[in-house]
Amino acid sequence: MTYNFDFGAVLAYWPLLLEGVWTTLRLTLFATVFGILIGAFCAITRTDGPAGARWVVSLYVEFIRNTPLLVQSYFLIFGIASMGIRLPILLGATLALTVNIGAYTTEIVRAGIESIHRGQLEAATCLGLSRTQTYLHVIIRPALERVYPALSSQYVLLMLASSIVSSVGVEELFGISNRIQSETYRNFEIFVVLGIIYLLLAVVVRAGFTLLGLAMFPRRRRLGTPL
Amino acid sequence: MNSAYTFSLLQGLWATVVLSMLTFLFGGLVGFIVGLARTSPTWVISRGAAAYIEIMQGLPLLVLMGLCFYGPSILGYDSLSPLPAATFALTLYSSAYLGEIWRGCIRAVARPQWEAAECLGLNRWQRMRAVILPQALRIAIPPTVGFMVQIVKNTSIASLVVGYAELSYNAKIINNATFEPFLYFGIAALMYFAICYPLSVQSRALERKLNVANR
Repeated sequence: MTYNFDFGAVLAYWPLLLEGVWTTLRLTLFATVFGILIGAFCAITRTDGPAGARWVVSLYVEFIRNTPLLVQSYFLIFGIASMGIRLPILLGATLALTVNIGAYTTEIVRAGIESIHRGQLEAATCLGLSRTQTYLHVIIRPALERVYPALSSQYVLLMLASSIVSSVGVEELFGISNRIQSETYRNFEIFVVLGIIYLLLAVVVRAGFTLLGLAMFPRRRRLGTPL
Repeated sequence: MNSAYTFSLLQGLWATVVLSMLTFLFGGLVGFIVGLARTSPTWVISRGAAAYIEIMQGLPLLVLMGLCFYGPSILGYDSLSPLPAATFALTLYSSAYLGEIWRGCIRAVARPQWEAAECLGLNRWQRMRAVILPQALRIAIPPTVGFMVQIVKNTSIASLVVGYAELSYNAKIINNATFEPFLYFGIAALMYFAICYPLSVQSRALERKLNVANR
C-alpha cells in the first residue's frame, strides 16, 4: 500500500463543509415542515375526503413512492426551468424534497389516523366538539403521536437522501464536496470525511426528533411509555 | 422522440433491472448473514451486526457509492468499473436494511417454537434450519418484496458518483441533447413505476394474505 492519506487537505476546507452542513439542515427542516403539512392534509383527504380527491391523493402517493427521488428532482427542477421559470435552486430542491416526503408522510399519517378507535370519534361527538376540534385534538394529534417513531426515521432518511439534490446543482454538504474534490483531488478522503459528518448528522437529527417528540407529546411521557 | 432515444431508454431500463437483480442477490446473501448475526446469542457478534446496520443506515447511499468507487484503488487494487462498484455499494446498503428486516422476522417467530425446539434436543443450527427459519421466511416475504422497490429506486443513484449508465443516467443524457425534461424524465419515471408498482401491490397483497388470522 503506497497511498498517503491526506485528510488535512480536506479538513482545511472546514468553513465550506460547515456551510454545506447548514444548507443540508435547512433543506431538511423546510422539507420536514412542509412535508408534515402536506402529509396531514393528504392523509385527511384520503381517509375522509370526496371520492375524486381521494383518488388524486392515492395517485400522488403511489406515483411518488414508486419512482426514485432522483428522477423526480430532474423532472421537477429541469421541467420548471424548461417552462422558462427561473426558480432559485434551493427553492427548487426544497420543492422536490417536499413533494417526495409529502407522499411518504401521507402514508404514515394515514396509518395513524386509521388506528384511531371509533369510540374516540363517538366520544368527541358526544362532547359536542366541532369538526375542526375533533380533527385537531382527537384525530391528528394522537395519530401523529402514534406514528411519531416511523415519521422521525423517515425524516432522518430524508436528511440523508437530500444529498441527491446535489445532482441538480445544489451546494449542500454533498454538492459542496465536489468543489473540494476538484481542488484537492483527494476523492477517497473526502468521502470518508463526508461519511463521518453524515453519520454525526444522523445522530444529531435523530436526537433532535426525540427531544421534539418529548416536548410535543407530554401525555405519553407522563404515562411513562417510551417514544 | 426518435427510435434511438427509445432504444437508449430501454437499454437503461435493462441496466437498471440487471443492477437491481445483482443487488438483491448479493444484498440478500449478506443481509441473511447480518440478520442471523444480529439475532446471535453471542454479544460480540450481535453488537457487531448492530453497529454495521447503524453505520450503513446513517450514511447516504451517494457517500457509500463514493467510498466503494474510490476505495479499492487506494488499497492497491485496480479501480472498479461502474457496475461492480455500484453493486458493491448497493449490496452493503441493502444488506443492512434486509438484515434488520429479517432480524425482525426471526424474532417474530413465537417464543414457544424456540422452546419446543430446545426441548426436542435440537442444537442451535438444527433449530434454526428446521424450526425457526421456515416460519420466519413466511413472515419475511411481504416486507422483502416491499424492500425490492427500494432497491430498484436506489439503483438510480448509481448514475451519479460511479456513472453507471442506467435508466435515469440515459434519460439525463437524452435530456441534455433535447431539453425536453417533462417528456424524457416522465417516460423514465413511468418505466420505474412499471417495475415498482407491481412489486408494491404484490407486497401488500401478500401481507393481507398472511395476516388472515387478524382480519
